[in-house]
Amino acid sequence: MTTQPFTTLSSVAAPLPEENIDTDIIFPARFLLLTAREGLGEHAFADRKLDRAGNEVADFVLNRTPWRDAQIIVAGANFGTGSSREQAVWALLGRGVRCVIAPSFGEIFHGNCFRNGVLPVKLEAAMALQLLQAAEEAIPFAIDLPGQTITVGNLQFTFQIDDERKQALLNGWDETAQLLNANADAITTFETRQRTQQPWLYEALS
Amino acid sequence: MERPQTLYEKLWNSHVVAELPGGDTLLYIDRQLVHEVSSPQAFAALRDAGRRLRRPETHLAVADHAVPTRQRGGEVADPLARAQVAELVENADAFDMRYLPLSGDGQGIVHVIGPESGFTLPGITLVCGDSHTTTHGAFGALAFGIGASECGTVMAAQCLKQRRAKTLRVWLDGELGPHVSAKDIALALIAQIGSLGAQGYAVEYAGPAVSAMSMAARLTLCNMTIEAGSRIGLIAPDETTFAWLRCRRFAPQGAQFDQALAYWRTLTTDEGAVFDREIRLDLTEIAPQISWGTNPDEAAPISGSVPDPAAMQDDGRRRHAEKALAYMGLEPGTPFTEIPISHVFIGSCTNGRIEDLRAAAEVVRGKQVAPGVKAIVVPGSAATRRVAESEGLDRLFIDAGFEWRFAGCSMCVAMNDDRLQPGDRCASTSNRNFEGRQGAGGRTHLMSPAMAAAAGITGHLTDVRKLVA
Repeated sequence: MTTQPFTTLSSVAAPLPEENIDTDIIFPARFLLLTAREGLGEHAFADRKLDRAGNEVADFVLNRTPWRDAQIIVAGANFGTGSSREQAVWALLGRGVRCVIAPSFGEIFHGNCFRNGVLPVKLEAAMALQLLQAAEEAIPFAIDLPGQTITVGNLQFTFQIDDERKQALLNGWDETAQLLNANADAITTFETRQRTQQPWLYEALS
Repeated sequence: MERPQTLYEKLWNSHVVAELPGGDTLLYIDRQLVHEVSSPQAFAALRDAGRRLRRPETHLAVADHAVPTRQRGGEVADPLARAQVAELVENADAFDMRYLPLSGDGQGIVHVIGPESGFTLPGITLVCGDSHTTTHGAFGALAFGIGASECGTVMAAQCLKQRRAKTLRVWLDGELGPHVSAKDIALALIAQIGSLGAQGYAVEYAGPAVSAMSMAARLTLCNMTIEAGSRIGLIAPDETTFAWLRCRRFAPQGAQFDQALAYWRTLTTDEGAVFDREIRLDLTEIAPQISWGTNPDEAAPISGSVPDPAAMQDDGRRRHAEKALAYMGLEPGTPFTEIPISHVFIGSCTNGRIEDLRAAAEVVRGKQVAPGVKAIVVPGSAATRRVAESEGLDRLFIDAGFEWRFAGCSMCVAMNDDRLQPGDRCASTSNRNFEGRQGAGGRTHLMSPAMAAAAGITGHLTDVRKLVA
């Protein structure tokens, strides 16, 4: 399905300096029983955001002004590791987060971001550390995807992104439609060849 | 002569549909396992776009994550879980996809029933909206976990855009000691290389110790590969693999089996093929492992004690360990064997196979679960449960004070009835010790089935070798 195009973004950034913030932390499993993609934002970081009595945890950054409405998260290494649940991305998106900056990401989470109009930016640890500090000081971030820059106060960082993925984000492409349109013949050709070479893969499951 | 190739290169090259601009490859996907959690949104996307399944016969659907394990046959009690399972049944029906019913003989955890039914085959690409799809690499299949959007793409196009990984060979030699298992190898390896240690690499496990392993052990090893950051764990198929596959329900039969077998025999890393990285482990050195923190790389031999974060060199690891120990309620210096537990969970796609249940049963035979400990055994599939019952393992566990459950993901993922309460501490054979993974505020110690059984008997983390000496 098509996603909301991503070009530029200006927002404060919420600092989450921990390493290994896994997708169970981002979206606890009990909410996986919900089968819609929409409306998951309120469950993002549920067990960090609320205490056991259901009250807001005052010092959790996403409960604090001005980070409560942050559209950017700056995190420690390996953000989004663990479970493949795409609900983690939908939950971030549900609370308005469009960009996550970290030294590294869980691979499946990283791929899931692009399919939902969320920009994951990998930055070297030293740069990420500077951005964490700026995030803590609530200095606004300006992200420019066409120019591949992050500007914070007087600092400007350039980030790398594959051109294909950049175009997909800029245009909000539907990956399935794009893939089918561009490769229909190649897929059929592949199947014709494979059917001859490995016919057992083309038997109906008994 | 052609350049020698690794197994990963062979599997990759045989599935290239097209090279795409920008360096991605369009990879053909032979099979997909479908479950109730990552499929509703994929089916919805198909409906919205008016698409059908390109090849319905290449998908197999089963409910495992949300299902209750206390009883089977009746209605699922939790309304949300009931609706989620019902949605899978309706979607499978509407899209002409084979579904294995919840109360039927074929039900079980996706990563247990795939291998068990012969749906998982050497040489294929296999995906599932679940990160532990690494498991199926044990058959020499290129198998990886994907997100829900990609599940929909595979349904419609039978292809995915992928980026080729680097290659890492983990060479295993030496012999495991008594009561040390594939789970201990995995935890020791992950502790050594870290949760990002294999990111960007396709891992191939090889060496004499791998050749000697059962399919169950290979599946456990490949299953845990994702916890080292890699989406792909591989083992070249051999006689053990082929013997397993003969006469499995969905595997090729008769003359087609022989035709397939001739191809499968070519699926090895060629002599002289070069890996981007190599690691060697001597299994003789490996002791039973337990995790002490909130990431699988925070694990150590049972003979040790809770580490002191202050002594850790790396800033990130130290901060993570500090937070982990606070969450786990542990003090540096406490011997692991003095940590009391309240729960035991034996099961999951990591350790819910018949061999795992036998290993645990061996430890509990003639003993009793410690007072105050709640212990459950959850077979990975209905078929595993049947075999275990035919061997009398159910009686053995029940007599020892364990609960004997029906198949499902159960207490590995806190989205069904089986969850820890805040402060509970579990000796678990599952794969993740993340905060809240087994229930909000629950504390998880990962270990092998034999070790979890031993902890259940004594009521605290225990070196199984001392209990059954």
